[in-house]
Amino acid sequence: MTVQGIHGNAERSALATVRQGLSLTPEFRKGLGVTLALAVVATVGKIIVPIAVQQTIDQGLKSGRPDVAYITWAVVVCAAAVLLTALAAYVMNVRLYKATESSLATLRVRGFRHVHDLSVLTQNSERRGALVSRVTNDIDQISSFMQWGGLMIIVSLGQLFVATVLMLVYSWQLTLLVWICFIPLMIALPRFQRLLSRAYTVVRERTGDMLAAVSESVVGAAVIRAYAAERRTAERVDKAVNANRAAQTRAQTIVGFVFPLTEIVAAVAIAGIVLLGVRLGLSGDISQGRLVAFLFLVTLFVSPLQTATEVLNEAQNAVAGWRRILGVLDTPPDVADPGPKGVELPRGPISVAFEDVDFAYPGGAPVLREVSVRIPPRSRVAIVGETGSGKTTFAKLLTRLMDPVAGRVTVDGHDLRDVRFSSLRERIVMVPQDGFLFDGTLEQNIRYGKPSATREEIALALTELGLADWLEGLPAGLDTPVGQRGESLSAGERQLVALARAYLADPDLLLLDEATSAVDPATEVRLARALEGVTRGRTAVSIAHRLSTAENADEVLVFDAGRLVQRGPHAELVGQPGVYADLHASWVSAARS
Amino acid sequence: MASKVTSAVMRQGLRVLGVAVRTEKAVFALAVLASAVYGGMTVASAWALGWATENVVLPAFAEGRVGAGALWAGAGFILGTALLKALGVAGRRILAGVMQYRMQARSRRDVTKQYLRLPLSWHHRHPTGQLLSNASADAEAAWAPLAPLPMAVGVIVMLVTAAVAMVFTDLVLALVGFLIFPAIAVLNLVYQRRLSPLATRAQQLRAEVSEIAHESFDGALVVKTLGREDLETERFQRRAHELRDANIAVGRVRGLFDPMLEALPTLGVLAVLAVGAMRLSGGAIGSGDLVQVAYLFTLLAFPIRALGWVLAELPRSVVGWQRVQAVLDATGSMDYGTREAAAQEAGPAALEVRGVSYAYGEAEVLHDVAFEVPAGRTVAIVGPTGAGKSTLVQLLVRLVDPDRGAVLLDGADLRELAYGAVASSAALVPQQTFLFDDTVRGNVALNLDTPDEDVWAALRLAQADGFVARLPEGLDTRVGERGASLSGGQRQRVALARAVVRRPRLLVLDDATSSVDPQVEAKILYGLRDAAEASTVVVVAYRMATIALADEVVYLDHGRVVDRGPHEELIERCAGYRNLVTAYEREEAERAAIEVAGVTGEELEEEIEKEIAGEEEEVSA
Repeated sequence: MTVQGIHGNAERSALATVRQGLSLTPEFRKGLGVTLALAVVATVGKIIVPIAVQQTIDQGLKSGRPDVAYITWAVVVCAAAVLLTALAAYVMNVRLYKATESSLATLRVRGFRHVHDLSVLTQNSERRGALVSRVTNDIDQISSFMQWGGLMIIVSLGQLFVATVLMLVYSWQLTLLVWICFIPLMIALPRFQRLLSRAYTVVRERTGDMLAAVSESVVGAAVIRAYAAERRTAERVDKAVNANRAAQTRAQTIVGFVFPLTEIVAAVAIAGIVLLGVRLGLSGDISQGRLVAFLFLVTLFVSPLQTATEVLNEAQNAVAGWRRILGVLDTPPDVADPGPKGVELPRGPISVAFEDVDFAYPGGAPVLREVSVRIPPRSRVAIVGETGSGKTTFAKLLTRLMDPVAGRVTVDGHDLRDVRFSSLRERIVMVPQDGFLFDGTLEQNIRYGKPSATREEIALALTELGLADWLEGLPAGLDTPVGQRGESLSAGERQLVALARAYLADPDLLLLDEATSAVDPATEVRLARALEGVTRGRTAVSIAHRLSTAENADEVLVFDAGRLVQRGPHAELVGQPGVYADLHASWVSAARS
Repeated sequence: MASKVTSAVMRQGLRVLGVAVRTEKAVFALAVLASAVYGGMTVASAWALGWATENVVLPAFAEGRVGAGALWAGAGFILGTALLKALGVAGRRILAGVMQYRMQARSRRDVTKQYLRLPLSWHHRHPTGQLLSNASADAEAAWAPLAPLPMAVGVIVMLVTAAVAMVFTDLVLALVGFLIFPAIAVLNLVYQRRLSPLATRAQQLRAEVSEIAHESFDGALVVKTLGREDLETERFQRRAHELRDANIAVGRVRGLFDPMLEALPTLGVLAVLAVGAMRLSGGAIGSGDLVQVAYLFTLLAFPIRALGWVLAELPRSVVGWQRVQAVLDATGSMDYGTREAAAQEAGPAALEVRGVSYAYGEAEVLHDVAFEVPAGRTVAIVGPTGAGKSTLVQLLVRLVDPDRGAVLLDGADLRELAYGAVASSAALVPQQTFLFDDTVRGNVALNLDTPDEDVWAALRLAQADGFVARLPEGLDTRVGERGASLSGGQRQRVALARAVVRRPRLLVLDDATSSVDPQVEAKILYGLRDAAEASTVVVVAYRMATIALADEVVYLDHGRVVDRGPHEELIERCAGYRNLVTAYEREEAERAAIEVAGVTGEELEEEIEKEIAGEEEEVSA
């Protein structure tokens, strides 16, 4: 088994990254040639003014008296050209937006789906926020680059190119002069960009710190008051806010100094043109119109170079964004759905078998060793053991959240790895200890277990679970909003909803991972009895955190240090000296001391 | 109507800008000065070019020679104006940033100070996400127009100077300018107004897409175990496609207006050439003047858009500012008395709860609750889920004040005590553990200057010394945001150490060891009882082991004290209490009995139903 971390892709070159990224978005490449051709037309529009100025001075004013008819004709032609290039720019923009947004939306959804397809282990190897960034910020960076930065690169290079060509037509000497003035700046630009990029990185970090500090004053409101830690918190917030401000100011200062450099260089070039141009004019190498046109052509160098640091910065961010999203898509789901050729399990009671199963987290010591056990259909199994004994690992292997390192897990005789996910998830459902709820109403959350369920079915499910009283006590009944992650409910209530959700899904094997640990004892007992009734005829596996679950099970599986050390009914195990008897004794003393 | 609303927004927006200008007078004045230099020099640079054309280039071609003086003067003018302009640009940009970031930071500090000052009941009424965005996104939006503001002021200087320069050069050419520049400004304003709602919508959708991804990935385990990947992808895709369409709508407007804004000044230059040619033939102007005006047009075309940027940011700014202001204007604070904590009274404190009621909005959750805890005693508060235990506990340490009744510590109403006095006598360990993104030591000591031995002693008492010693940097290990690098049980034990290190005279534990193994919990409880500095302890619990340590039990149900007394007495006379705490044992006993009798499954179910019905009767009785 390989390590499940999401690929970093740091080694892939920038060009290869972009090429591979583009290959994933066919919508973008379709019609790209036309879009680029339009961009070229739009760029050519930039040299209309210098040409018009040159024509006016050299042709219109040639005779000493202005040739008004010629100038008017030239201006009309140029104006038509301007309108044409504006139209080209409009069509190009709309095409570009449509193509990039469509292709990036596809990529976004693909990335999202892929994150869900990754195994639990891979998902947990990364912070949630970082995973979210892959389908939000990273894509946004690519999109803003494609619509602005990338376009700017094409337009800027085009602008420099057509300006240079026209300059060469007018005077190679002055062209050389202009380039000599601008080349040192061009060489220095990547250096400035690195400086700026570092400064922005610091800003991002400080902004993160600032948000974290501010959030403490909100999320920790109760603790801060209970311990009169207001002043201390305020000082921490002030420090973080000020550090953030300092970083922002520093980045802005760099921009402030770099940005006007281009104007100074342009002025040097213009002064040089005047000095050298006059000398060339005296020797008859250049006309006065061409000389004046040069002054206008130099301005075409300014905006590409002024925006270059920003464009380079965006390009860098976009490549990093591509790398990260490709990193997700290139990470194979190591617990993969066999797809349509997989086995469909028929409905009905489920039997499970573990055959010499080993499990270890990547790079870690084994946490489950040589586990072999058969769980017959319709049986009620309790799993007990101390924290870290392998109980939850067993549950995750049984629900195929992870695959064993060695051995195999079978249901109804089929290797779990061959069973279609759609079939597997329908028949085997686990209720995890932390009942995660979605922001919405109680009804919406329970319906998540069975999207087609009616309101009546949902109410009935709660009644069958013995939770009708609890439901009646809620202010808005099934319409009670649960809040983000269900935080408007108590931990115990969240578990009740999670349980109802799983029950509504109507699985043939229900696996409870300490699913009622935060519920009060009276409710828990009532729930346990109700569950016993409703799971009759199904296979039920519970990770137990209290005595009676184990006592009521048909069979108890006792885990210790990753091994299945004892198994059998409670009555039998409790009499034998061993792990179970010890655990039992500690439970009894905790409950009755 | 719509335009009225907009102009009202504009007026409000300008008022917000006024606040910033008054707050940062000096920086703003310098930024405007720098921007004025930039504006003036932009016009001057065109003038320098015109001068050089008129006095250097054209004479050179006409006369075949040129004076060195005029040549160098021309070059000097061009370079000099450019240098001054560059200085103006740098100053404008840097100072605008200084002003914007200072105002942002000020809002953030003020808002957070309010968060810390306002009572917890205010926090209960406002969702966390909203409060966080008030301090981040809203503070940012409120002051966003400050970035282009000095430039906009500079552009006005630039336009006035340019107008004067053009009028002096030639009135007819100036008229072309007076037509073109207002047209650019108006076009840009229309552009920004059309764009602004679309951009806001796209921004909103971007946030929603991100929210869905966040929630969905947070609940990845549920999605996986129920096999709902398709459903989630569909939900995400719907919003992602809305975002795509919104972005394309933004793109259409941008795609239309950007080329128009670019074409307009170009057409202006062409108009200048056409009109200029006629003026030249009339002898009203020289060729240098023509070049100067044409050049001015190319220079002014871009900066004039800054006016539109400021105006476009105003609506967002107004909304952000109003949200920030709503927090700053929030009233209600916890008033403190003047009585200091009875520091001389060493040893445990006496607590009395006198006829206390408390409501969240309309819903009263505590009704006339009364009990007392003599100094040095331990009282357990027991009750079913939702009985009001956590609310009661918050009243005991004055996180909130009761609507009626009073809580007294050593005979003094908590409301009469000075700020900090309750915290120095009483310590609460809440149900939901909160750790700061700080070291273990910082989390335990907080604002106290506690020696390490005491920190270790507290950790030992909380059974946390073992795992803290094994952390890579011991007490100096940072626990991450909200203690993310620790397990739930570890976080609870650090929070417990935070309470006991203060040697509180009243210790309040709200189900504070729920994530700790029973064996470890027992050790903690015995340790607390045997600690040298005995405290008065109030503990919320379900577990028998915890309840057994209490001298007295207060049984709470539906916000009322149903009964109180020693555990043994309560279990005799209070049916609800008995049902709750002996639920497991009774169940076990019944099963044993049933097994002995050898009843069938159906009979068992009937038994259970009867039992449940009986229980309910008892409770309602």
